[in-house]
Amino acid sequence: MEKTIEIKDLYKSFGSLDVLLGVNLDVYENENVVVLGRSGTGKSVLIKIIAGLLSPDRGQVKVFGQSVPDLDKKELNALRLKIGFSFQNSALYDSMTVRENLEFPLVRNIKNMTRAEIDKAVEEVIDGVGLKKTLDQMPSELSGGQRKRIGIARTLIMNPKIMLYDEPTAGLDPITCQEINDLMNEVKERYRTSSIIITHDLTCAKETGDRVAVLFDGKFKYQGTFEEVFSNPDPRIRNFYDYNFIESKLQD
Amino acid sequence: MSREATKPVFSEKIDDWLLGFYNAFEFVKLVFKEAFSGDFEFNEFVRQCYHIGLRSLPLISLTGFVTGFVFTKQSRPSLMEFGATSWLPSLVTIAIVRALAPLVTSLICSGKIGSGIGAELGSMKVTEQIDAMEVSAVNPIRYLVVTRVLASTITIPILSFYCALVALAGCFLNVTVNEGTNLYAFFEKGFDSIVFLDVITAVIKAVSFGFTIGMIGCYKGFNASNGTQGVGKAANSSVVLSMFLIFIEEIFIVQVTNWFR
Repeated sequence: MEKTIEIKDLYKSFGSLDVLLGVNLDVYENENVVVLGRSGTGKSVLIKIIAGLLSPDRGQVKVFGQSVPDLDKKELNALRLKIGFSFQNSALYDSMTVRENLEFPLVRNIKNMTRAEIDKAVEEVIDGVGLKKTLDQMPSELSGGQRKRIGIARTLIMNPKIMLYDEPTAGLDPITCQEINDLMNEVKERYRTSSIIITHDLTCAKETGDRVAVLFDGKFKYQGTFEEVFSNPDPRIRNFYDYNFIESKLQD
Repeated sequence: MSREATKPVFSEKIDDWLLGFYNAFEFVKLVFKEAFSGDFEFNEFVRQCYHIGLRSLPLISLTGFVTGFVFTKQSRPSLMEFGATSWLPSLVTIAIVRALAPLVTSLICSGKIGSGIGAELGSMKVTEQIDAMEVSAVNPIRYLVVTRVLASTITIPILSFYCALVALAGCFLNVTVNEGTNLYAFFEKGFDSIVFLDVITAVIKAVSFGFTIGMIGCYKGFNASNGTQGVGKAANSSVVLSMFLIFIEEIFIVQVTNWFR
């Protein structure tokens, strides 16, 4: 299988705060990689660098063989059309209806589309996330789970080849979490995407990840399948597992 | 406190100020660059004109009318001492056209529109909506900033013109009730005292004030941080900075145009 994302020896710091200290990660075609780690360890920074929202201090970030930090604005925008980014707080445009949110990237990136073609594309993605009734609602009228789904639908309308999910299940109840996990798996199958899923929810990691990478001290200390990573005797891994296990039991 | 202890803090403040100035300059440069490249977001521009212009009309109407009415009322006793109340239309028209209309409109708009733009963009920034736009390959400067700056630059002169008309209506009401001046005589006296340079000066002022309000609101909003506190700070500092710059511009434009009188 071909590599879609290649990260080599990536460093990033903010002032005196070192966040990423030599990160290495490869993501292959049609693979979901879950990135785990405690809050503030730089998980979101990593995917923002991949999407070109932040620049690395040094190291290599390649997406479809193109070095992201070396791209000019036009090339970066062309690459971004192949990348879907689902934000932690969904980042829906407050002043627009759901329909306008979904149309927004489409009408600005694909010229000369007819109204019928736009409507068809909108209906296709909204059907895919099962929220057709919300089309004329404002984002403020939606629940947290609905906002996440619409956020994902807005990225899917451009038919991306890579999906970057930032904390897709954060702040949601267990049933909605399950629905989002199912949606991410469905997206992978239907759109044949490669994904990086940032989370600290182990249920999400187990259900969606083909591979899990754990970020400690600015590096991926452990990578492998969920079972491989969590059979490791490292006390930090054990603590992570135990806490999630207790938390999910309490939620049950 | 020792000299060694205070020195770094002072120099850091100067550094921050210079860095802020440089960032603002870069932002303005970027806005100009984006304004003249790529597609123009016409629908968003029209929406902003509606928000900035039409929605400010009630407040501008009230402020303009009260300004004209009260200014006339307060000027009467001084002119009465010289038996020159017939000069009221000329005095008030000059004051309104040369200074009050653009200044009052811009100060009102910096509070209403500048804070609105700062808060809206600040909120979009902290909720990652601007990042979402960028990863969708949509240029947020072109979509959000160019449209708002252009809308405020165009609508504030129109609002200033409207404010001048309403203020003159307030003045006329006061003059006609007290002196019995008719509408024709009022406008004849008023506009006789106005020269072309006065109108041009007012237009230059209103355009530069409008540009300042839009640009400062967008700059502060785009650079908001620290959650809701940052949004409030962006809205507040948009108003304070744009008002400060409006006064500086007022002094500068008056000085320059007076050379041509």
